[in-house]
Amino acid sequence: MSAQNWIGAITLVGLAAVSLGFVYVLSQAGRTADPARLSKASKTVRRWWFWALIVLGIGVAWGTLKPFPIPPQWSPLQAAQTVDVVGQQWAWSLSTTHLAAGTPVEFRVTSSDVNHSFAIYDPQGHIVIQTQAMPGYTNKLLYTFREPGTYTVRCLEYCGVAHHVMQTRFEVAAAATGGRP
Amino acid sequence: MSNAQELYPRDEALAPRERRVFTFYLVTALVVFVLMMSLGLVLRLAQGDWLTLSPAVFYQVMTAHGAGMVGTVALAACAVMWFFLRKYVPLSTTIFAANYALFVLGAALILGSIFLGRYGGAWTFLYPLPVHSMGLWSRNAAVVFMLGYLSIGVGFLLFYLDAMRAVIGRYGNLGRALGLQWLFSGTIDPEHPKTVVAGTMVIIVNSIGTLVGAVALVMSIVNAYYPSAVLDALVAKNLIYMFGHTFINATIYMAVIAVYELLPRYSGRPYPISRPFLWAWAASTVFVLTVYPHHLLMDYVMPHWALVVGQILSYASGLPVFTVTAYGALTNVYRSGMRWSLPAKLLLLSMYGWAAGIVPAIVDATIRVNRVMHNTMWVPGHFHFYLLLGVLPMVLALMFHVVERGKRPAQRSASERLGFPAYWIGGLAFVTAFLAGGYASEPRRFAAHLPAWLPYDRWGSIAALLVIAAMLVFTTRIVGGLLRTPADAAVADPGR
Ligand code: HEM
Ligand SMILES: [Cu+2]
Repeated sequence: MSAQNWIGAITLVGLAAVSLGFVYVLSQAGRTADPARLSKASKTVRRWWFWALIVLGIGVAWGTLKPFPIPPQWSPLQAAQTVDVVGQQWAWSLSTTHLAAGTPVEFRVTSSDVNHSFAIYDPQGHIVIQTQAMPGYTNKLLYTFREPGTYTVRCLEYCGVAHHVMQTRFEVAAAATGGRP
Repeated sequence: MSNAQELYPRDEALAPRERRVFTFYLVTALVVFVLMMSLGLVLRLAQGDWLTLSPAVFYQVMTAHGAGMVGTVALAACAVMWFFLRKYVPLSTTIFAANYALFVLGAALILGSIFLGRYGGAWTFLYPLPVHSMGLWSRNAAVVFMLGYLSIGVGFLLFYLDAMRAVIGRYGNLGRALGLQWLFSGTIDPEHPKTVVAGTMVIIVNSIGTLVGAVALVMSIVNAYYPSAVLDALVAKNLIYMFGHTFINATIYMAVIAVYELLPRYSGRPYPISRPFLWAWAASTVFVLTVYPHHLLMDYVMPHWALVVGQILSYASGLPVFTVTAYGALTNVYRSGMRWSLPAKLLLLSMYGWAAGIVPAIVDATIRVNRVMHNTMWVPGHFHFYLLLGVLPMVLALMFHVVERGKRPAQRSASERLGFPAYWIGGLAFVTAFLAGGYASEPRRFAAHLPAWLPYDRWGSIAALLVIAAMLVFTTRIVGGLLRTPADAAVADPGR
C-alpha cells in the first residue's frame, strides 16, 4: 500500500468516527432526559475517551517517529549515490539525472534565490518524498528507489509566476544485481 | 445560570453607537466573504481549465483571496469576541471602531498592491520572494502589501491591548481571568464567564503573534530598501509561520465564543464551566504559540527536536477540541429537547467542521505523512474544512441570532430551508475535492493543472457555486435584517 493509501484510509476512519458521533447526538437531540444523570454519564464517557486518545496519540507518535523519518543533517550520510540539487526561479539543476534503484540516494538540496520545495513524483504521478530548497541552507534527503522508471521533480513551494512549470525529470535504472523485479 | 434560557439577555443590547460599528463589521465581513469566495471560484475554475487566466493574474487573485479571507475572518471573529466580552468587561467602542478603520486602510493598501502593483507573493509573504519577483512586481508593491498588513496588525493589537486592559482591570491579572487558580484545586466560581477565559487566551496569543508578525514585516521592509541587511531565510520562515499560524488559529478561538454563549440558550440546557474546560484553554494557550513548527516539517535543517515537538503538540492540540469543546457542545444538545432554528443549526455545523476538519490536519502533522502531503491540495482541504465549515458558521450563527430576534420559531426562512443545506452540502463537497486532490498528489498553488487533476478541480468548482449561492442568500437576509431594525436593538427585548 502506498503512503497515500494509508493516509487516506486513516483519515476516512477518523472522519467517519467524528461524523457518526455527530449523527448519533443529533438524532437524539429532540428527546429529553434527566440532566443530572446525563451529566454523570458524560463525565465517565469523557474520561475513557480522553485516555483512549492519549494512548492512541502516544502509540502513533512512537510508531511514526522511530526511526526518525529525516536523516541526520550534520554528519555524512555515506550513501552510494549522491545528487546535488539547486533550485532557482524557475528551474532545477541536478548534478546527475541517472540513478539506480535498490541503493540509497542522497539528494543535497539548496536554492540560489527564494524558497522552493523539491518534490519527487514516481512514474505513476504520486509524490514519494520531498524537502524544502532554501537559500543559505542545504537539506539532505535520503531515499532508496524501489521501482525503475522516469521520475518527475516538481516545485511545491510557491516561488513566483512560473512556479507551476518549475520541473525536471530523472531516470532510475533497475537495480544492478537482480534485486526486486 | 438563570438566564441560560433567555435568548436575548438585556446586557447584550447594543447602544446606538455600538450597533453602528458592529453593523459595519458584519456588513463588511459578509460582502467581502462573498467577493473573496467568488475569487476562490475563479481560481478553482482556472485550475479546472474552465476559465483562462494568465499565471500572473492567477497568483494575484490567489494572494488576494488568501490575504482577504484571513483578514476578514479575523475581523468577523473579532466582532464575535467583542459582542460577548463587552458584557463582562468594559471595552472601548472607539478602539473597536479604530480597529475597523485600520482594517479598511490596510485592505485598501493590500488590494492596491495586488491589483495595481501586481503583487503576487502569496499571503504568507515568504522571504525573500516578496523582493525577488523576477520583475513581475516592484519592490514598492511588496512594501505596500506589507504596510497593509502592518496597518491591520496595529488595529488588532489595539483591540487586544484594550481588551487586556479591561480584563486585568476586572480580574487582576490574565492568569486569574484564564482561571489558572482553579486548575488543580478550589471551587470554580460557576459565574466565571467562559467568554472571559476564551477571550483572555486570544488576547495572550494574538498580542504575541501580532508582535512577532510586526517584527517579520519590519525586517522585510528594511531589507527591501537595504538589501545588504540580509535576513536569514529560515529565521524569517519561523517568524512568519509563528505569526500566520497564531493569527488564523486565533480566529477559531474568538469565534467559538458564539458557541459557548448561544448554544445553551437554544438547547435550553446550562453549559457550566468546569475544570476540564479551564485545562483545555490553558493548554491551548501554550499549544497555539508552540505548534507552528508543523509548517516547517520539510525543513530538514531545523533542529529535529523542534520538528518532534511540532508533531506531538499538533496531536495534543486536538485533545481540547475532541474532549472539551466539541464534546461539550454535543453533551449540551444530547437529549436536550433542542429547538432547531438556523443559529442552532449553524452552531452545530461549526462544531462538526472544526472537529472533522482537524482530522486531516492532525494526520498531516505527522512527519512521515507530511513528506508526501506537504503543499498538496490536502492542505487547503483541511484548512477550508475548519474555516469554511467551522469558523464561518460560528460567525453566521451570531449574525442570524442578532437579526432573527422577534421571529416566530415556526417561520422557516429561505436561509434556513435552502441556504443552510446548500451551504453544508456544498461546503463538504468542496473540501472533499481538495482532500481527494491531495490524496492524488495534486499540488496546491499551481496556476495550471495536469489533465489527471482536472476532475477534482471541476468538482470543487461546482460545489463552490453551491456555497456561494447559499452565502448570497445568507448575506441578503442578514444585511437586510441589520439595516432594517436599527431602533429596536437599544431597547432590551423581554425575550420569548
Ligand atoms: C466558496 C468558497 C471558497 C472557495 C471557492 C475557495 C477557493 C480557494 C482556492 C481555489 C484556493 C487555492 C488553492 C490552491 O492552493 O491551489 C484557496 C486558497 C485559500 N483559501 Fe479559499 N476558498 C473559499 C473559501 C475560503 C474561506 C472561507 C477562507 C477563510 C476563511 C479561505 C481561505 C483561503 C486561504 C488562506 C487560502 C490559501 C491561499 C494561498 O495558498 O496563498 N477560503 N481557496
Ligand atoms: Cu516553486
